Amino acid sequence: MTLLYFAWVRQKIGKGEETIDLPDAVKTVGALVAYLSKRGAGYAEAFADTRRLRAAVNQEHVQLDAPVAPNDEVAFFPPVTGG
Amino acid sequence: MIRIQQDDFDIGAEVEALTKDRADIGGVATFTGQVRADDGLAALILEHYPAMTEREIARHVGEAEKKWPLLGVTIIHRVGRLTPGARIVFVGVAAAHRRAAFQACEFLMDYLKVHAPFWKQEERASGTVWVAAKSSDDEAARRWR
Repeated sequence: MTLLYFAWVRQKIGKGEETIDLPDAVKTVGALVAYLSKRGAGYAEAFADTRRLRAAVNQEHVQLDAPVAPNDEVAFFPPVTGG
Repeated sequence: MIRIQQDDFDIGAEVEALTKDRADIGGVATFTGQVRADDGLAALILEHYPAMTEREIARHVGEAEKKWPLLGVTIIHRVGRLTPGARIVFVGVAAAHRRAAFQACEFLMDYLKVHAPFWKQEERASGTVWVAAKSSDDEAARRWR
């Protein structure tokens, strides 16, 4: 699985992209957030408040209950501020 | 046409491209966003999610085309470091009649604000901070549903 991080999520985690092997037990975006939060202090801080967190699976906005699969591209970022 | 770029754009050239050799177009509505010098702002620094941005904006254009009879749409969004007065975003909509052009232009700007994956940092002498999303922008996008 490819993970992408943007804006302050990227800064807190300390990288913009990484590849992980998705554990079998992780079936949703929300479960992925919980799993990643245990990878270190930066992750825990980035994912501490899921109300401030947005996600996309394969370049489409999703909610935390959306399913994830091993070959997905999952991105985490703050609410967008373009325009 | 959707373009994400660091470079500036020429509004006149974009309107010309939308309308060239088109006798069916009755009007073009455009919106141009630029960097406002709020409270000692030195620059905005914009980043985006390249693989997703054009797709997401194309989806909004598709929704606009379902709501109004449009004859052409151009959306340009700049990324990188932009100083006060610089253009950031352009939305141009061509239609046979003004109401469709005006409304679709506003709809596209409202949707872009809350769905297109761009993030802004404000740069000041004191440092840089990420811009927080505004609930008023969510409300502006919601009223089109």
